[in-house]
Amino acid sequence: MTDDAATASARLDPVPGEWRRVSPKYIVVDLVGNLVTGVIATVGSSLPAWLFQWGVWWWLLPIAVGVVSLVLIALTPRRVRSIGYLLRDDDLLFRRGIMFQRFVAVPFGRMQLVDITRGPLARAVGLAELKLVTAAAATGVVIPGLSLADAEELRDHLVALAETRRAGL
Amino acid sequence: MTELADGAWHRLHPATPLLKGGIALIAILGVIVANLRERLVEWFFPGVNCPPDVCEEDPISIILERYLLFALLGIVVVILVVIALFWLSWRMHTFRVTGEVVEVRSGVLFRSHRKSRLDRIQGINIARPLFARIFGAAKLEISAAGSDANVQLAYLSSANADGLRAEILARASGLRAREAADAVAAAEAAAAEGAAVGVSDAVRANLAEVARARLAEFTAPELDPNLAPPQSVVTMSPGRLIGSTVLSSGTIMFVVIVAGVLVAVSVGGAGFWAFFGIIPTVFGLGSYLVNRVLKSLRYSIAATADGVRVGFGLLSTTNETIPPGRIHAVEISQELLWRPFDWWTVKVNLASQSSTAGAAGQQSTTILPVGSRTEVLKVLELVLPSLVTDETRLQIEGGLAPARPDDGFTTSPRRGAALRWFSWRRNGFMLHADAVVLRRGAVWRSLTVVPTARTQSVAAHQGPLERMLRLAKVRLHTVAGPVTASIGALDAHDASALFRDAAAAGAVAIRSDRSHRWGSA
Repeated sequence: MTDDAATASARLDPVPGEWRRVSPKYIVVDLVGNLVTGVIATVGSSLPAWLFQWGVWWWLLPIAVGVVSLVLIALTPRRVRSIGYLLRDDDLLFRRGIMFQRFVAVPFGRMQLVDITRGPLARAVGLAELKLVTAAAATGVVIPGLSLADAEELRDHLVALAETRRAGL
Repeated sequence: MTELADGAWHRLHPATPLLKGGIALIAILGVIVANLRERLVEWFFPGVNCPPDVCEEDPISIILERYLLFALLGIVVVILVVIALFWLSWRMHTFRVTGEVVEVRSGVLFRSHRKSRLDRIQGINIARPLFARIFGAAKLEISAAGSDANVQLAYLSSANADGLRAEILARASGLRAREAADAVAAAEAAAAEGAAVGVSDAVRANLAEVARARLAEFTAPELDPNLAPPQSVVTMSPGRLIGSTVLSSGTIMFVVIVAGVLVAVSVGGAGFWAFFGIIPTVFGLGSYLVNRVLKSLRYSIAATADGVRVGFGLLSTTNETIPPGRIHAVEISQELLWRPFDWWTVKVNLASQSSTAGAAGQQSTTILPVGSRTEVLKVLELVLPSLVTDETRLQIEGGLAPARPDDGFTTSPRRGAALRWFSWRRNGFMLHADAVVLRRGAVWRSLTVVPTARTQSVAAHQGPLERMLRLAKVRLHTVAGPVTASIGALDAHDASALFRDAAAAGAVAIRSDRSHRWGSA
């Protein structure tokens, strides 16, 4: 009981609220992406053992890479469910990550541009990715897994808000 | 009001091609002289004979003997073409300053037209390289955010450059009422300086007058005493600069390497030749030291009506004016060996990138290469006037000292020592009305100040190790620069509170921030 309370308070949750989550379809997109990366990385790391026959120990490398990839793939649904965003009066909050949690608050007046990008897989399931750019490169807020209509609506909303709150750099 | 800012198109200083190509011209002359040394000696001292195998087989001799006319003709044509091209390029290079924008048109074959909004100005730099200074010319660079977004006016006459900058800044500040007063002041200044405005008039009037004006310009103090009240000026003594350079980590590394080589020679018998490896390094270090000191002689940083002015230089001078609200983050830090002397250096993040280097051969973002504690606090007061007030001065000063229980900083908990071995007591933050103050480091102490009105976004991070220790990290995102405002190993609750408060303060600051038109408030 106390242990639970301790872990609950240890987790970073600076702004409790109704986070808007991304579409569950994005799990599929992310899964396929992770699968492809995992296979390429595993095959790539097995090349030394395969081509040069340096010894049995070199097979440990692809095994390790494969295991890490599998863990990443297994965690994909949870990771996607952890992505969320929240529109407040003056800023947009973004969160992602379970192991490595990240919260970002971007004031509307600081948005320099809003990008919508769509990869081939995302397009196939009707999803889009929204990217917010500020004058700081470190902001790095990308909201994946929005339906195209949602993404466009959000973009127009954000651009309109940014226009009313416009300030210098 | 200077005539250059009347909204009509103007040309640059007529000597611009010469000044821009000055170095190239000298280099070409040098190459010619080096190659024709023998022949020049023969021309000027006919008694000295040219070695026979040089003069007979030399292509120059053949040209001189057989194709003299063609050669002369060719040289004349080349010179004429070059002059015509330079003249054309000078003629096609025009600029104008209106109430809203500054525009530059340049290029002969490939025309370019750059327009920069005055309220987006991040700073104005006036550089006077030695060669240009002799001719009474100056380079004016108007910086805007982003890379390669600056507008450069090279060259203008020296006095015009100062006048134009004052005028541009006055317009950018949105101050209409002050313009009339400025015009009167500028006219008075021009009258006082005699032949300063309009060099061509002076040339016609009197050459001696020009020489006198030039000499006055050359010997004038780097910082015009009328520009800033003396109590707001911070200068840097050469002695401290030398001391700080000698005690910097680079020098210490050098001494360690030399000591290592000496030990290797005496103990391991590495051989005498090892010394020769050191000699170039010694020369390199020597020239670095001399350069560093020479470049930052006459350094001063002062508060003017239109922002902070940083100026320096003995022979080639540079000064930059950064309007209020253009500084995105400030960091006061210290080299390890500077601590007994209480020396600090001040770096800032700016949205623009200046093409000229800063004082002491540093980046132009190092606005104070070295200063005492009082000077550093004064500089902080200049760049963030709202932060350092009488009430907060003690608190800010506490940020440079070891931690005390009641110094206003929220520091890491005891368990933060797992991640910040030595500095967990000092590692902390303070939320001020206008800025977030981060205090970090025990061995390498630093104090970072981020004005909330300039923060781009705020982030909070937590990794698995941090979660086990109930810690978290907060980072304030600013434009790119030498200062990274992030603070780790905070208690998760404190980090959440800082994240919330910094985000809220940022939203409030954006609403009330008027610094892009700083004069209109």
